[in-house]
Amino acid sequence: MAAELMLEKWSGEVAVVTIGATKAEGGSRSVAIKVGGQKTLPFLFAEGAIPNKPAVAFEISDVPAQDWPQDLTKAYGENLKDPLAWAQSCVRDYKAEILCVRLLGAHPDFGNKSADAEAKFIGELLRKVSVPLIIKGCGDDAKDNEVLAACAEAAKGERCLIGSAVQDNYKTLVAAVMADGHNIIAESPIDINIAKQLNILISDMGLPLERIVIDPTIGALGYGLEYAYSIMERARLAGLSGDKTVASPFICFAGQEAWRAKEAKTGTEEQGVMWEVLTSCALIQAGGDIIVMRHPKAVEKVNKYIKELFRS
Amino acid sequence: MFIIGELINGMYHNIGKAVKEKDKAAVQKCVLDQISAGADCLDVNCGPASKQPVSDLPWLIEVIQEVTDKPLSLDSSKPQVIEAGLKAAKNKVVINSTTADPEKLEALVPLARKFNAKLIGLTISAKGIPQNKDQRLELAAMIVAHCTDAGFPIEDLYLDPIVLPVNVAQAQMRDILDSIHEFKIISDPSPKTIVGLSNVSQGTKVRNLVNRTFLTMALGHGLDAAILDPLDNELMDALITSELILNKNIYCDSFLSAYRKR
Repeated sequence: MAAELMLEKWSGEVAVVTIGATKAEGGSRSVAIKVGGQKTLPFLFAEGAIPNKPAVAFEISDVPAQDWPQDLTKAYGENLKDPLAWAQSCVRDYKAEILCVRLLGAHPDFGNKSADAEAKFIGELLRKVSVPLIIKGCGDDAKDNEVLAACAEAAKGERCLIGSAVQDNYKTLVAAVMADGHNIIAESPIDINIAKQLNILISDMGLPLERIVIDPTIGALGYGLEYAYSIMERARLAGLSGDKTVASPFICFAGQEAWRAKEAKTGTEEQGVMWEVLTSCALIQAGGDIIVMRHPKAVEKVNKYIKELFRS
Repeated sequence: MFIIGELINGMYHNIGKAVKEKDKAAVQKCVLDQISAGADCLDVNCGPASKQPVSDLPWLIEVIQEVTDKPLSLDSSKPQVIEAGLKAAKNKVVINSTTADPEKLEALVPLARKFNAKLIGLTISAKGIPQNKDQRLELAAMIVAHCTDAGFPIEDLYLDPIVLPVNVAQAQMRDILDSIHEFKIISDPSPKTIVGLSNVSQGTKVRNLVNRTFLTMALGHGLDAAILDPLDNELMDALITSELILNKNIYCDSFLSAYRKR
């Protein structure tokens, strides 16, 4: 007798978040990218609809990258010194679908650029590249509240994904994102209870759940990846069972975490690339919807992996 | 937990009066209040005073469907009243209820299949109310066997162990709770379990406390659904917290309001 596949019937689905607005939608992006919308666990095509593929974003910053190992910096060569040229190179040479720009230069320790200067930079970046943007703050809460609000305004109508809101600092960013038509990243420290609570706090302010992407905070291969995996899986199971407050797409900063691992930093270039690839692929299996990556060769491999899995 | 709000019942003065005077607004307010308090489904019963249940029940259903697409539990002991309700219903439907008597099962199970409705089966028969767990299980097995033979999906069957007032049948409470657990192992897939909660506190002086204590214990025994008063805030808080402790929902600091906002 042929084995019969046991299929689960899910009552919920992951929210669909759209990043980027085309001209027709009031923005200037060449394409709008949808993530989420799954009605089943990752890649169980026989069980439910998976309307959107995971998207890979290239990570860049507004100033030359600070702590990147040589194997990573040499991949971009001279372009790395000019953030706009770097951005264009990602799109032109490596066919980036989305760019994730980290506004490191605003950090008091790395140049302390003003909110106005960062807003101007975002305006220029939007003119130079036409892919959807993810805008990340510098990590200093007080400074990010100023800078991200100014950048949200400068990118008004472009439907960016902006972050990160955290449990004790979310109100200013939520208000800015709401006013200027963007989406928000809700970041929790590998903690499902805080992820849920933060989504509730944000939606209580009036930003719909369809505009929230969860950053569950991940660890790289060998550095807590399994823990992040289990948190994402738990949230996804609850979301598919009908709990809308955790049924948001996930964004995973795989490049950042993978290149912090000593195995990536101190091995051969190939080893670093594989560290980033394996971290990213595992996160895609856990339900990651947007994977933010660094090395172009790693991105190429992960995109190939996604394509293979979606071939059926 | 599948929560069936019990308040659209002609036995209550406001609804009895609304049915008599065809007062749509009073019915619709009661519907929306229950939904915002957390009801997943609304029990609809035109009450013992209704002289025309065959037309009163469809009227209630149409009035309710104007304001919600939540499932409706059609509550009558008369199959012809249920059938009139099924014909009027556009929303999903639960038939409330059949007993273990063959003539009831023969009338209602085909109707449930025809209208794609879920079915509540009371473990009671013309012989009376069961006096212990074994009698409950025997009646439950009769209902399950009949449904299986008739091709009715068992996962759409809700078995009710018949909750008796604690001040009348104190010795039976443990049997009732154990039955909830044992009904689940009658077949695979399992039938679901349900209780009409308020009966447990009938005639007591602290009805709300008795209701929520029993519900918490029943949930611990694997209860899937209950017909209850969702406007009893403390009852709902106890229910939500029980589900949290049973790991049915993910904890967050505002878990009570998060549940109600689902």
